[in-house]
Amino acid sequence: MTTFTDTALTALYLLTELDPVLWSIVARSLWVSVLATAMACSLGLVLGAWLGVARFAGRDALLTVLNTLLALPSVVVGLLVYLLLSRTGPLGSLGWLFSLKAMVLAQALLVLPVVTALTRQCVEDAERNHGEQLQSLGAKPWLRSVLLAWDERYALLTVLIAAFGRAISEVGAVMVVGGNIEGFTRVMTTAIALETSKGDLPLALALGCVLMGVVLLLNVLISALRRWRQRIDGAGADPVQGVLV
Amino acid sequence: MSVILSLQDVSVQFDTHLALHGVNLQMQAGERVALVGANGSGKSTLLRVAHGLLQVSRGSVVVAPEAHQAMVFQRPHMLRTSVLSFVMWGLWLQGTSWRDAHGRAMQALERVALQDMAHRSARTLSGGQQQRLALARAWALRPNVVMLDEPTSSLDPHAKREVERLLSEWVAASKVSLLFSSHNLGQVKRLATRVIYLEAGRVLADLPVQEFFNRPLGDSHPEAFLFLKGELG
Repeated sequence: MTTFTDTALTALYLLTELDPVLWSIVARSLWVSVLATAMACSLGLVLGAWLGVARFAGRDALLTVLNTLLALPSVVVGLLVYLLLSRTGPLGSLGWLFSLKAMVLAQALLVLPVVTALTRQCVEDAERNHGEQLQSLGAKPWLRSVLLAWDERYALLTVLIAAFGRAISEVGAVMVVGGNIEGFTRVMTTAIALETSKGDLPLALALGCVLMGVVLLLNVLISALRRWRQRIDGAGADPVQGVLV
Repeated sequence: MSVILSLQDVSVQFDTHLALHGVNLQMQAGERVALVGANGSGKSTLLRVAHGLLQVSRGSVVVAPEAHQAMVFQRPHMLRTSVLSFVMWGLWLQGTSWRDAHGRAMQALERVALQDMAHRSARTLSGGQQQRLALARAWALRPNVVMLDEPTSSLDPHAKREVERLLSEWVAASKVSLLFSSHNLGQVKRLATRVIYLEAGRVLADLPVQEFFNRPLGDSHPEAFLFLKGELG
């Protein structure tokens, strides 16, 4: 009990005294995950919106693969990116392995299926409701996907927040491709794993608190967004509520 | 009168279900054609084929070059826009510039008495107001052929009357052609000049409105007779 209390008090001290090591890790984590989410969203929103409207041979198979990728273990993504970026890999010449760039790439690949699949679901539901009307007005599939994605912008904002939550809370991929190098590629999740194994529990707990705070904040944002949507247009339940974060 | 829409031996199949079977229909400019029949008889499918929303499995659909169509659906799902933008989007998609669309959209809203709600969210309107808004959007497109899929079936009696009144005014004010489906035979009597009775994807009766309701159909069109008896009885 004493150990737990001491650990908690030391963790609180680290947090309140703005410990530079702790907060540099937090800043690095946020930076990597923001970049990865931005990359994944820029591609995933477009791809998902298009998949929500387009009908083509092999679409069902593609959606099955996409849904399978939702459950992709992060260490597997880390391994694939490692193989790509290792000296003998196809992208080895970039020299990105054990760098922040590699970590951003790994997280982006991890989050891309999440953004694509959830966007596809939102836009497909919207297409079911509005597709015929837009088609009747002459909107072709590409234009419909853009208009419907815009119409579902609040739900897609929730997707974005959920994707960020998935990125910042994963540990396997960034550990494999980043190497958890102190002051360079160490982020919150990898630091928690390492410090716990070393027995430096106060730092691990302090980082865990920050991570929980970030995830809590994301959920508060999603709830606020949903309430705001319901107030302004009486929209129904959010199709992606309560996922991932 | 010129033919504005012609369906020749049209069949539509969804997997194993034949939704339309060898349908022939020629519609003249200015005609107001009502499609009646039980649920699943093919009314909505026929409307969608005529409007180009569905591909036919067999046969052909010819739309005259001068025919400019607009369609009003049974449930007017609202986009997340203002009432005004809802109409403007429709115009913009049909090639009107955003600036020109504003004036035309306001005119259309005045016509359906929604001008005071122009800046409200379209999703906050009642069912009747939403259907009036859908009519306004269709009207703003200045079509000469309007297709309506059970336009009043999801509305309360008051909203029903209001939408029907607007449609009657529209028909009276211009030579617009109507192709609409309805379960409301009173509405069919009031709005249509011709009635097509469908059953299981086939046209079983195609008669002028007076003849459809007044002629004893028991011998010539027994199914239509039974349908009318059921609806009116």
